[in-house]
Amino acid sequence: MSAAATQTGAPIRAKRVLPGFTLSLGTTLLYLTLIVLIPVIALILKGAEIGPARFWQIVSSPRAVAAFQITLTAAVIATVLNAVYGLLMAWVLVRYDFPGKRLLDALMDVPFALPTAVAGLSLTALFSANGWFGSVLHPAGFPVVYTIWGIALAMAFTSVPFVVRTVQPVLEDMDPALEQAAVTLGARPWAIFARVVFPAILPAWLAGCTTAFARSLGEFGAIVFIAGNLPFQTEIAALLAFIRLEEFDYNGAAAIALVLLGFALALLLVSNLLQTWASRYREASR
Amino acid sequence: MSIGISGLTKRFGRTDVLRGIDLGIKKGELVALLGPSGSGKTTLLKIIAGLEWPDAGRLEVDGVDWLQLAAQERRIGFVFQHYALFPHMTVRDNLAFGLTVRPRAERPGKAVIAAKVDELLHFLQIAHLADRYPAQLSGGQRQRVALGRALAIEPKVLLLDEPFGALDAAIRRDLRRWLRGVHDSTGSTTIFVTHDQEEAFELADRVVVMGEGRIEQIGHADAIHDHPATPFVARFMGATVELPVTLQAGRIEAPGLDLSALPRRPLPDGPADLFVRPADILPVPDDASPWRIDSRMSNGANLRLVLSHASGALAEADVPRRAVQADALVAGTAARLRVAAGTVFPATRGAPPAQKTEPKSLKLESVR
Repeated sequence: MSAAATQTGAPIRAKRVLPGFTLSLGTTLLYLTLIVLIPVIALILKGAEIGPARFWQIVSSPRAVAAFQITLTAAVIATVLNAVYGLLMAWVLVRYDFPGKRLLDALMDVPFALPTAVAGLSLTALFSANGWFGSVLHPAGFPVVYTIWGIALAMAFTSVPFVVRTVQPVLEDMDPALEQAAVTLGARPWAIFARVVFPAILPAWLAGCTTAFARSLGEFGAIVFIAGNLPFQTEIAALLAFIRLEEFDYNGAAAIALVLLGFALALLLVSNLLQTWASRYREASR
Repeated sequence: MSIGISGLTKRFGRTDVLRGIDLGIKKGELVALLGPSGSGKTTLLKIIAGLEWPDAGRLEVDGVDWLQLAAQERRIGFVFQHYALFPHMTVRDNLAFGLTVRPRAERPGKAVIAAKVDELLHFLQIAHLADRYPAQLSGGQRQRVALGRALAIEPKVLLLDEPFGALDAAIRRDLRRWLRGVHDSTGSTTIFVTHDQEEAFELADRVVVMGEGRIEQIGHADAIHDHPATPFVARFMGATVELPVTLQAGRIEAPGLDLSALPRRPLPDGPADLFVRPADILPVPDDASPWRIDSRMSNGANLRLVLSHASGALAEADVPRRAVQADALVAGTAARLRVAAGTVFPATRGAPPAQKTEPKSLKLESVR
């Protein structure tokens, strides 16, 4: 009856090509809020409860400062190792064909899949004074277990896939013509890597390293077995927070956790800035 | 630099990509390698560049065996189909790459490099783009930068892989003329690969037509156009209509065809194939003819008529839409085919002609 009227009178509404925008976004936001946002806010509120003076007192106590120092130092060592090794691993996996390549590729996910406590136990078994590696390293005057090197080792183990798995797809997608062009222009292998390949994977590599570093800061399960957990020597920040929690000192735990959170957020910011800088030449293409 | 290629072969797995290439190119010549995809033309170009290696054969440039030289030592300029500009470098840095990457002992000073790059920027008419990144350039601009980067090392040989393949028709024509100018003023020996006949013939001194890993014909535009050396070249040059005919004392005959315009051929008697361009066929209404017009389409200037033979063979004819005869040529009309020009080859192994015409013309369509 009013078909003609609606045809002429109804305003034009652009139809979305993909349906379900409201529903899918709503679900995602709800999930994100429950899983990520509320715990983080609760943590901040818990930390804020105690006031800045008390907060400062907790996080600047000698034991907490030592824990932060140990965590950061070990995470830096682990990240530097992973940055080099992870890049090499991604390169090998993408650029060469060899028997067992797929197996090696799958092995790269083991640190993701393995419960971190299992990783910590096996590392401890290997590196303790009577383990396979430890029995060699200990007499040589380089004990790993119960030192910061042990912590760094455990961190490196759990975070190496982050570097490999972020660099790998970018390396795979690189246009081989870029390297061929460099060859025809007279570039030697090292120059090709340094001036053509590396700049292309730099943003991904930075992103991978930052996530690996953030992961190392928060690693717990793999470390507690190998670290020995001596206050002022091999006690990491996450463990200290856990100890405070066991002592029913919720505020103390929250304050230490907040500092770790602060590190992680600052790192994400730096990482994003670095990535933007490293891929500034792409601005016009999007 | 003169280039001598002989007996070059290359296999990828079980596919013969090059089946024995012999080709000589004179210093300062501009040569086009023309062929459909899969003809091996790009592989040949990459072997000359040192990006691929042949299984057998010789490649000599000015008497030097280039198969003993790595790509870096050959000093060639290579322009890639999709330009392969370094995305993280400005235009200026892209142009300078071939100079700045040299070993310290051979590297020119910074001022020399800067001067050279400036000179190139002006020569290529892209001075205003010097500080942009490749992502900020149009296709035609990228093409110029890619060429400039290759020219910066003053190459002995300039190689271009489908240099205009990714550009609009109008830009193509401009760049074609411009590339000819660049070639003439640098005096380099230039080889480019293309699947576009117009591009090859307009730009090159000589055109090398390649098909399935072999050189089918080498020559100038007119010769290749009028006298294709093989059925492959005939088809590739647009003679997509294949008509079964009989040769008798050098005369070409077939029922339903008016071949009086064709000269006699010094070929043995027997069955043969006549290759004709659709534009060289004019259907003339004739009730006695076994050919019938199936459909008629207009592209504005021309009518394209599809005709079928009683035996099932198909033929296409392009007739100017404003031609006097055009009005009578409607679907369902029986017509004699008057052929203005064509090339005859002895029939190949007596394959049934009815099935031959259609798939081949379709294949060629897909190649373009």
